[in-house]
Amino acid sequence: MPIINIDNKNYEVKEGKNLLEACLSLGLNLPYFCWHPALGAVGACRQCAVKVFKDADDTKGRIIMSCMEPVKDQLRMSIDDKDARNFREHVIGWLMTNHPHDCAVCDEGGACHLQDMTVMTGHSYRDYHFTKRTYNNQYLGPFLNHEMNRCIQCYRCVRFYKDFAGGKDLDVFAAHNHVYFGRQQDGILESEFSGNLAEICPTGVFTDKTLKQHYTRKWDLTSAASVCQGCGLGCNILAGERYGAVRQITNRFNAAVNGYFLCDRGRYGYEFVNSDQRIKTPMVHHGPAEQSNGIPILEHVHHRIVPGKTIGIGSPRASLESNTVLKELVGADNFYLGVSAADHDLVSLSLRLLRQGPVRAASLQDAAAADVVLILGEDVTNTAPMLALSVRQAVRRIPVAAAQQQVHLAAWQDAAIREAVQDDKGPLFILSVQETKLDEIAQGAWHTAPDNIARIGYAVSHLLNDTIPEVTGMSEQGRDIAATIAKTLKSAAHPLIIAGYGGGSEAILKSAANVAWALHDLGIDAMLSFTVPECNSMGLEMLDGHRLESAVERALNNGVDTAIVLENDLYRRLNQHSADLFFSNIKSVILLDHLYNITAEKATIILPAGTFAESDGTLVNNEGRAQRFFQVFAPATAVQESWRWLLQVAAASGHTTLSSLQHLDDVVKYIAATYPQFDGITTLTPDAHFRLAGQKVPREPHRYSGRTAMLANKNVSEPKPAEDEDTALSFTMEGYRGEPPSSMIPFFWQPGWNSVQAVNKYQVETGGPLHDGNAGKRLIEPNVNGHTPFYTEVPEPYLPLKEHLLLVPCYHIFGSEELSIHTPGIAARMPAPYLLLHSEDAKRFQVTEGHLLHFMDNGHHYTLPVIINDTLQQGVAGIPVGLPGMQIAEAPQLIKV
Amino acid sequence: MFSLVRSMWLIFLHMFHKRETYQYPEQKAPLPARWRGRIALTRDPDGGERCVGCYLCAAACPVDCISLQSTEDESGRRYPEFFRINFSRCIFCGFCEEACPTYAIQLLPDFEMAEYSRQQLVYEKEDLLINSEGKYPGYNYYKVAGMAIQGKDKGDAKNEEPPVDVKSLLP
Ligand code: SF4
Ligand code: SF4
Ligand code: SF4
Ligand code: SF4
Ligand code: FES
Repeated sequence: MPIINIDNKNYEVKEGKNLLEACLSLGLNLPYFCWHPALGAVGACRQCAVKVFKDADDTKGRIIMSCMEPVKDQLRMSIDDKDARNFREHVIGWLMTNHPHDCAVCDEGGACHLQDMTVMTGHSYRDYHFTKRTYNNQYLGPFLNHEMNRCIQCYRCVRFYKDFAGGKDLDVFAAHNHVYFGRQQDGILESEFSGNLAEICPTGVFTDKTLKQHYTRKWDLTSAASVCQGCGLGCNILAGERYGAVRQITNRFNAAVNGYFLCDRGRYGYEFVNSDQRIKTPMVHHGPAEQSNGIPILEHVHHRIVPGKTIGIGSPRASLESNTVLKELVGADNFYLGVSAADHDLVSLSLRLLRQGPVRAASLQDAAAADVVLILGEDVTNTAPMLALSVRQAVRRIPVAAAQQQVHLAAWQDAAIREAVQDDKGPLFILSVQETKLDEIAQGAWHTAPDNIARIGYAVSHLLNDTIPEVTGMSEQGRDIAATIAKTLKSAAHPLIIAGYGGGSEAILKSAANVAWALHDLGIDAMLSFTVPECNSMGLEMLDGHRLESAVERALNNGVDTAIVLENDLYRRLNQHSADLFFSNIKSVILLDHLYNITAEKATIILPAGTFAESDGTLVNNEGRAQRFFQVFAPATAVQESWRWLLQVAAASGHTTLSSLQHLDDVVKYIAATYPQFDGITTLTPDAHFRLAGQKVPREPHRYSGRTAMLANKNVSEPKPAEDEDTALSFTMEGYRGEPPSSMIPFFWQPGWNSVQAVNKYQVETGGPLHDGNAGKRLIEPNVNGHTPFYTEVPEPYLPLKEHLLLVPCYHIFGSEELSIHTPGIAARMPAPYLLLHSEDAKRFQVTEGHLLHFMDNGHHYTLPVIINDTLQQGVAGIPVGLPGMQIAEAPQLIKV
Repeated sequence: MFSLVRSMWLIFLHMFHKRETYQYPEQKAPLPARWRGRIALTRDPDGGERCVGCYLCAAACPVDCISLQSTEDESGRRYPEFFRINFSRCIFCGFCEEACPTYAIQLLPDFEMAEYSRQQLVYEKEDLLINSEGKYPGYNYYKVAGMAIQGKDKGDAKNEEPPVDVKSLLP
């Protein structure tokens, strides 16, 4: 490892880094703006100046930009040099000549990299007395606020938005000292990753608009480490609360999962926590419980639990703890998985494929490092958004490696490498039912019905391994496609095969597994990524239970008196007809949930269940990674974790095993001891007895304000702060001030680093894992030694049928997820229900765009406006999934029109 | 012995000195303008609320007795939706005034705040907001800030150029 000398001290640093990275990794403070660990360096801001010296005798040295200079053995440099310091101070001074006098009304304030860097350089007095340049702002949609005056021209925004995330509608305009970062004209930012601008921009130009609605400074937030509930990828988040409402979601760096970024569903989908639809008190027959004959609520529940006639319905959006406690409470025989038939089939198959097969599941960062990507049947941008961002990085692997060979530069030389790469893309092949956003970067993108996609998958696997039967009756084009894909995959080092719930087809999943396994047999390090619909879909499937349809059947046969429904709206799992039948055939429904919905209307007893912000729990993501999320704040209402409600119910009814459990640790230990598949979840985070220097880890920063005033309007004597008996975190600002274990970091802050950039200080090296490793633990490991037989049942090709259409599911990042649509901004971007048709089919059924098409499914009538989309195969119709008010239509399925 | 007599003599002389004791409450003590007493929220020269809800006073307060929620009105001005000071905790250190970037929060020369019940010492915005500029007349934050509000567009603030025309290619 090279040794460099900084300010007359020798340090060992890592090869291949730049000096700025080396200094920051060593924990030294050096200001910067335009460099970002995920974006590399362009040397645009001139802020990171240091002095380098020829040798020990050189006293003069020369000023260079540390972010543009690679580490060299025996290099001598100085951060502290007077000239370098002056230079940096002046650079900030110049940046500030046009900076508005805005900190007081700027949402970045208190978490502003520009403030931090200004203080760090020592620039404190404005000696420029001329006028300031101003800009007009733009309306950028419901997620981001734009205040262009505050821009320091670091170019980070466009580099992230365009170069990194593939966005098209944000750019830099005008020239010289007038450059403008924005859209060509006012309008909603189209990228699904636009929210990251709020964190990427080191100033207050782009700020979180939902935060602005209930603005709170970073120092005033009670925060905790949490896990996104938006989809099955389990991105790590930090959630902050003030005055009983969640105010902001920010990224929680995890080098194995989401890195520095989040998608907009994850960042903005939190507002359901503050919704006025929240269930806050226990209800019996839709009246508050305390008025219900004076009987304590738990008695009401207990009376209704008839042994043998009580069933539990689990939920893919409830924690592992809640689901397991419910399963134990009602007994394994009476535990049903509250997911739709299709989701259950697909997720359980994914789980089987990952467990039995020899190929590992890719984490998001593994995916970003893949060199060839094959997507089968998924519209990744809508079903697992951050995976799409990883794919966008993966397609750059091969061209970047080639460019590095050619120009002999490190990958962080962003501008030079991008120049060398131009528009070159690595191999990405997409087979999907309709056009997807990733098509634009794909080497090949083809659209056809799910079964035909699976057939091509099978054909590819046959070309990789001839023990897999040949697909008969393939078209010429199909054969060509399969040959191209197979050829490219064979030459790959780390190919990634993506499939999942979005394709709605088991055959696709099987063909994906076939391809990956065949590659594995060729000695190629293949990876699989199966998307799953919800944050704990995988955990629920691993827990195992009966199918939801059998619960309905059992109810019809008078086998159910009471159903305990855990955090679930059964009308999103069953079609309306079956759900109605189910509810009308049971005596009582005990519901634990957050929001009033149709299921809540049917409930006899409602227990207010905590959302992720009011609960501790564990989720298992699509790759089988178990991750802990922590309660953010103690609600002032009766809301508590579902598992706690259920434990209390168990105690009231004298349940033998559950009565002894009380705290999170008890439940976690119980799960790990009872279910071998969850072995290891006890080590996810330190337990409740963990202390650092005898202290808990505070959820509030030391500058947290208003403790003696925020509740003084109710009572001038401050109440005792809530105590957290479940974890080693405290709800107050008192506690250990140093760095907590990575799995429980409640906010990123270091002296002098108030913004998100403080994360540097928590990493082993810039961009590397957090000090004590990435949070989370993988529960599924591939079966490397065993060999699972390949799948051989190739589906028949799908051909359009007279008077029929094949309904295929269309997922939407904004709209398909149940809880996030309670954020007004997300609801505003949700599409209206529609039916996607090929123009030929439209002709066939004599409709045009906007016309209503009517069909019936399972006794339910659907009348949907037609949208023409010629990227669909003929005879296939797309139907959006999960939009509110759309009764579920099972897809894929053949319908008669 | 001598010192005893001396002390007695000095004390005796005091009888002829001017009295320092004020006959409070009949007689009020003159307080300097910068005396740190009752806290008020002042207004800018146009009569608008000065406080922009920046939370700096709350953060500066060593006893954490200020709490507020900032919000924005239709004209784009930020203001506190509520602003509460718990005077039963306040130590009148004046840090809030020092932290305030808009001269909104000011300590006034008035200490007559006694109450029979502690709860009465919790002041809300209605109790704090006064119709005056206080000690710092003339300052108007929005006139110098870069944020546009109704009636003051981009480029209208002090020392500002008119907004850049991004379509212009002129040097
Ligand atoms: S961007 Fe930072 S320095 Fe600029 S006004 Fe906002 S908080 Fe202040
Ligand atoms: S808008 Fe922000 S990220 Fe973009 S150039 Fe300006 S300061 Fe940098
Ligand atoms: S990709 Fe999924 S888990 Fe990640 S932030 Fe988006 S919704 Fe959340
Ligand atoms: S410091 Fe001044 S402007 Fe800021 S919140 Fe306090 S009173 Fe208002
Ligand atoms: S960080 Fe080095 S020039 Fe901007």
